[in-house]
Amino acid sequence: MQALKQHQGLVAPLDRANVDTDLIIPKQFLKSIKRTGFGPNLFDELRYLDEGYPGQDASQRPLNPDFVLNQPRYRDASILLTRRNFGCGSSREHAPWALEDFGFRVIIAPSFADIFYNNAFKNGILLVPLDEGTVERLFQEVEASEGYRLAVDLEAQTVTTPSGEVLHFEIDEFRKHCLLNGLDDIGLTLEHEAAIRDFEMKHRSAHPWLFRDREVS
Amino acid sequence: MAGQTLYDKLWSQHLVKQREDGSALIYIDRQLLHEVTSPQAFEGLRLAGRKPWRLDANLATPDHNVPTTLKERAAGNAGILDPVSLIQVQTLDDNCEAFGIEEFRINDARQGIVHVVGPEQGATLPGMTVVCGDSHTATHGAFAALAHGIGTSEVEHVLATQCLVAQKMKNLRVRVEGRLGTGVTAKDIVLAVIGRIGTAGGTGYAIEFAGSAIRDLSMEGRMTICNMAIEAGARVGLVGVDDTTIDYLRERPYAPTGEQWDAAVAAWRELVSDEDAVFDKEVVFDAAEIAPQVSWGTSPEMVAPIEGEVPDPATIDDDTVKRGVTRALEYMGLSPRQKITDIRLDKVFIGSCTNSRIEDLREAAKVAKGKKVADSIALAMVVPGSGLVKRQAEAEGLDKIFLEAGFEWREPGCSMCLAMNADKLGAGEHCASTSNRNFEGRQGYGGRTHLVSPAMAAAAAIAGHFVDVRDTTLSPREA
Repeated sequence: MQALKQHQGLVAPLDRANVDTDLIIPKQFLKSIKRTGFGPNLFDELRYLDEGYPGQDASQRPLNPDFVLNQPRYRDASILLTRRNFGCGSSREHAPWALEDFGFRVIIAPSFADIFYNNAFKNGILLVPLDEGTVERLFQEVEASEGYRLAVDLEAQTVTTPSGEVLHFEIDEFRKHCLLNGLDDIGLTLEHEAAIRDFEMKHRSAHPWLFRDREVS
Repeated sequence: MAGQTLYDKLWSQHLVKQREDGSALIYIDRQLLHEVTSPQAFEGLRLAGRKPWRLDANLATPDHNVPTTLKERAAGNAGILDPVSLIQVQTLDDNCEAFGIEEFRINDARQGIVHVVGPEQGATLPGMTVVCGDSHTATHGAFAALAHGIGTSEVEHVLATQCLVAQKMKNLRVRVEGRLGTGVTAKDIVLAVIGRIGTAGGTGYAIEFAGSAIRDLSMEGRMTICNMAIEAGARVGLVGVDDTTIDYLRERPYAPTGEQWDAAVAAWRELVSDEDAVFDKEVVFDAAEIAPQVSWGTSPEMVAPIEGEVPDPATIDDDTVKRGVTRALEYMGLSPRQKITDIRLDKVFIGSCTNSRIEDLREAAKVAKGKKVADSIALAMVVPGSGLVKRQAEAEGLDKIFLEAGFEWREPGCSMCLAMNADKLGAGEHCASTSNRNFEGRQGYGGRTHLVSPAMAAAAAIAGHFVDVRDTTLSPREA
């Protein structure tokens, strides 16, 4: 996983609540057996005027000029500003893969769906929850000023606006630590291998019916 | 000291290690695998030179991509016409074979939607932790199993370590008391719950569904409700163990037998919230007040009772909500204050991990019996949740009822719930669907989904528009 300590980038506003993972990456693109290459189909149904399918040349498709990421001023955005309950719906990790592949490293919203929250952090994307009022204000600032950038500091848990205002955000220690250091959490868990084996032995003796190999003859 | 909730008990029984940073390792008893969210996990294992921790904890079946017409299915994998889908299904077969994981392949009678297959086989048991790379894993909580939907990185993590890094959730109890009216089902309960608490109402919580109306439900009904906990934002939905749970599991292929069955049942009986358990939040519903529900919008919280109407954005104060409703009406091609019964339909889909079990098919068949699908309906299809559900339905003659009424009777799979196979809506088509999500494009590009119960879907197929299943002379839920 890519580490993220600080990030400064252009902000794109996606003014919509309850953005679901079907909208982030439609199901026809989930047929890929790879982790990469989903960027051209991020927000496919909002971004293009035609129906997308796997293996298409995205550069030949008609763009929806009204969609925010198609507007030249937001084209190089790496911070997505959006509304409450972002990432609701399915558990598809293709959603953060697509966001990351497009170039987003930070997403700011009042709240995020639980499974998406986990999936994003495992792919080096920092999710920044800020209250509704602050998000509303950031929307107004982004729309009012072309080239609007934010600076995010994960260590300090802050977002700094162009005017110098510093906003604090919450993140749990474990995710912060992993993201700051780009850690592979399978490796971290395997450091507890002895504890897992010990647990497993006791668990098996208390609940033998949970282990199907009991009947191997 | 206050008692424990069911969730608290399941959590502490699986806690391997509480870490100082607030995260915890919990042990996973069962992982269900399907073709869409597993290939990158297996690839990750290979790249890191790791092996699955415990093979017998895993069970796999292809479901999302599989075709549902007999013609295509007859040829097994070779019958999958979409080459990209074929690669994905073949990759699951190859990975299961290479790593030694048990799989029910495409034409095994036990194949089906993972969330139908697990319980049907007794591979989901009370007191288990169950994970799957699919958000509807919440379904298995109906058995008092702690069941989470996870992402692909987590699938790999569980394969490699038999653990999940997790944080303890808060406890929310949704209590539904009293008796459901005739024709009102589990699906209507859960849609009404989501309609009230919203799609983020359960975020950060494990929801326990309790109360007399929940206890009166069959396991199929409880699964329908837990299945959609995620549509209320909760990764976990739970129902405590009772006789209904235990009766369902007896003699299932993967359930324990003999002395172990007795020991297991004794342990399972403890899997209920203590009388004095404290929940962080509680919501109470009166079952008698729940009408058959229909979703009109593009989020599962956008629901109305059958006798209701589509909302008018002009009457909504919150700006974000107002814009959401306006956009949803535009996408759905509906007008403010339009009566739900005036919504005309093009297709009807009875299936999905929410409503494709035998009881669901029985309820739909009761409504369809001796009737004909309206001429205005282009396609009405019934997709059983597994090969065994299909077999059972055929033994009961349900297939004939559906076929005579003009429904198509298909092979098992996820089908038009998410339209990863060939079963999909055309742009602008309205569908009465027993599935779980009405998101834009979910059932096909530009498709318009209305979530309903199986009985309501069957009634809508016959009328060509939504009707109140309670108004018919049929009684899908005979007392």
